[in-house]
Amino acid sequence: MATATIAPPVEREDYLNKHYGAGSWLFTTDHKRIALLYLASITFFFFIGGFFALLIRLELLTPASDLVQADTYNKLFTQHGMVMVFFFLIPSIPAVLGNFLVPMMIGAKDLAFPKINLLSWYLYIIGGAMMLHCMLTGGVDTGWTFYTPFSTAFTNTKIVEAGLAIFVAGFSSILTGLNFVVTIHRMRAPGMTWSRLPLFIWAHYATSIIQILGTPVIAITIVLVAVERTLHLGIFDPKLGGDPLLFQHLFWFYSHPAVYIMILPSMGIVSEIIACFSRKRIFGYSFVALSSIAIAVFGFLVWAHHMFVAGISVYAALVFSLLSYSVAVPSAVKVFNWTATLYKGSIRYDAPMLYAFGFLGLFTIGGLTGLFLAALGIDVHVTDTYFVVAHFHYIMVGGALMGYLGGMHFWWPKISGRLYPEGWARLAALIVFIGFNLTFFPQFLLGYLGMPRRYADYSHMPEFQILNVFSTAGSTVLGIGYLLPMIYFLWSMRYGKPAPDNPWNAAGLEWKTQSPPTTYNFEEEPVVTWEAYNYDEIDARRPDEEAPSVG
Amino acid sequence: MSDHSKSSPLATYFAVWGALLVGTFLTYEAALLDLGRYNAAVALIIATTKALLVVLFFMHLKGASEKLLKLVVASTIFFLILLLALSMFDYGTRSFS
Amino acid sequence: MSDSPATVVHGEAHAGHNPALLHHFATEEQQRDSASFGMWIFLATEVMFFGGLFCAYLIYRRWYFGDFGAASKSINAALGATNTAVLICSSLTVVLAIWAAQTSRRALMIVMLILTMLFGVAFLGIKGIEYKDKFDEHHVPGPSFSFSNVPIPGHPNQYANPQHAQIFFALYFVMTGLHALHMVIGLGIFAWLLWMAWKGRFTPEYHTPLEIGGLYWHFVDIVWIYLFPLLYLIDRHP
Repeated sequence: MATATIAPPVEREDYLNKHYGAGSWLFTTDHKRIALLYLASITFFFFIGGFFALLIRLELLTPASDLVQADTYNKLFTQHGMVMVFFFLIPSIPAVLGNFLVPMMIGAKDLAFPKINLLSWYLYIIGGAMMLHCMLTGGVDTGWTFYTPFSTAFTNTKIVEAGLAIFVAGFSSILTGLNFVVTIHRMRAPGMTWSRLPLFIWAHYATSIIQILGTPVIAITIVLVAVERTLHLGIFDPKLGGDPLLFQHLFWFYSHPAVYIMILPSMGIVSEIIACFSRKRIFGYSFVALSSIAIAVFGFLVWAHHMFVAGISVYAALVFSLLSYSVAVPSAVKVFNWTATLYKGSIRYDAPMLYAFGFLGLFTIGGLTGLFLAALGIDVHVTDTYFVVAHFHYIMVGGALMGYLGGMHFWWPKISGRLYPEGWARLAALIVFIGFNLTFFPQFLLGYLGMPRRYADYSHMPEFQILNVFSTAGSTVLGIGYLLPMIYFLWSMRYGKPAPDNPWNAAGLEWKTQSPPTTYNFEEEPVVTWEAYNYDEIDARRPDEEAPSVG
Repeated sequence: MSDHSKSSPLATYFAVWGALLVGTFLTYEAALLDLGRYNAAVALIIATTKALLVVLFFMHLKGASEKLLKLVVASTIFFLILLLALSMFDYGTRSFS
Repeated sequence: MSDSPATVVHGEAHAGHNPALLHHFATEEQQRDSASFGMWIFLATEVMFFGGLFCAYLIYRRWYFGDFGAASKSINAALGATNTAVLICSSLTVVLAIWAAQTSRRALMIVMLILTMLFGVAFLGIKGIEYKDKFDEHHVPGPSFSFSNVPIPGHPNQYANPQHAQIFFALYFVMTGLHALHMVIGLGIFAWLLWMAWKGRFTPEYHTPLEIGGLYWHFVDIVWIYLFPLLYLIDRHP
């Protein structure tokens, strides 16, 4: 990499030191501070969800239901799912990295609606507090999918409260998406045309479309469940003339696109990292950009593939199976383009790139197994087994979470003004990769061999124990891999080397600001005259040559 | 909202208002006729016409300079219809009730 | 829906631009376009929100057409039609209020805003009458629900299934109740707009809150335009 100047030792004013005190954080409208508020909150919920995962894996070490009883186990996997999905994965990248970077990448001072951005965080906190309260006072045991009529007519756990918590958090998600779409349309700097936008922006734009159009449907579903449960209606209860599948249609109409909310931002990060650490423009930029939109649109067409054995008509199953194959195409387009970007690139193996490589392999496996599940014949055999569990963890953890960690490392110098310790970071990436595969690969085998999901007691299938032991062992390794970045990121905030403005010599407007940036990001509005990922130009400049000034 | 030099927006507003009231009257009267399965279709066609009038003229979508807002409206309707159509496809092709 | 420019505390008086212009926007036009765009997107979320209810409605109407027809006949279509007309008039007064703002007619603008709110209150009042009727007839879903011996329209010898009728009423109350909730919120928004208009905050160049409040109000009108035939007029012909 060309040398970047070391940050001067003088204390410059930036968004972190401009104002001090709790009030300056709790009433901020600076998108960067809001991003950090989110960072703290979602990390908290990640550890809550992880705690439930730990208990699940500990229980599954032995076939008998000896650590916890089935009723408690039901609560464990339910709350693991609800917390991880609604309070970690869905907000994580958009609310942290998206909030921080979207305005900077397009050359704006802030998002279009800064106060709504802050409101969005408060809604997340309120929803999170409601969910915490619910879990601490008895919890829910329906699975994160809270299918009816169990959730409406039979269970005596706190469905309404959990549902309302998710409703509030969903509103937070809608407002974030709304903010991003308006910002990306209206606040791009002069010269920042659509075809010059970083792919991170395209990814967040597509994600926002899903958040806007999908989340309201689960919101109304929650309202209906709450009404039905409270008044003993029969909208979803077959004994009273209702159809449980109606719930599933409405639930999955959101929850399938929701998984694309989780993965698209991560794909955006991977594009940024691969371009920077191959020193090349992303191959097939427009294909990768449009594939994000395609994933968002096609993602709305496939929801009933979660219902193949639930009782939908066989014709509907055929149609949804076919449509599910179509949604894999844009994802594959991305994987091929990233690989083509690597080809003849000048590869560096810094920690962000290690996470990107991990993403490539693990997302591919997760995605392919999704296609297996989309095939009706296979799905009948492996649905509701650990095969499905392994599939979605490969995508959400091996994909989305790896991308998130890669992004946190990549932009950490910008966010904090400090460098994280590279040696520890590479080690952590390796530990995460190994731990992840040790945890979840055995689950493919378990599922294929027939171990059902959501079972605390598998003592009628004791032959599954050995694979479960591997999986639990892996989860311990994975946990260590997650703890390490927590520790060294915090450590770096005080003891890390001050970061230069552009330590990676990366393309992108965000790197043309101070590290950490000032409150309004740019002193003067940037005027963009170059294409995205102009690494050939960047690397061709002699080290002492000034980059085009953006103020 | 751009102030186009419409000859008089007032005339348009009152005309739309009148059309909406007429539409409401027609909906009510048509419901009292026995049109078989077309009762629903007639009601929805009138309702959609009324909704379009509101969207185009009262919400000023017709005069919007950019195509963006029209794209937002069209996409939203598209996804709503998707939800309704694909769900109905399941219900409509079940061999059991 | 967007930041209220009226409540932004603007530190220094910047020469040369409207004090309502927020710092992160480059021009007033960008600010106005963003606010409008933001409201349209919010309305898109509202369409999908109500959309889930319409999905449930469509499915059960198809399944239980006779029972739904019987239940629908028992609600007051004349009141429903009146309410439709009331909302249509209120949409007119909204666009007239905006026109008044655009042409510096402050008094007319205020009158139109007040009329809009009066129409809204009238709507809720009529709705209240309907709900009371349903309560009196034990058509409110729940423990005291009763719908026995009600003939299916067109099949005088067949009685409607009370369970299926209860589903209709559940949807009726949730859909109209959610709509009424949006009306109440709309009244709150218009009360605030009325206050701003009274304080003289709107000019021909700046009346963005009026415009986006108007968009919300029209949306609520459109939802009702669909609710009326779907709920009140399922099977009314003799």
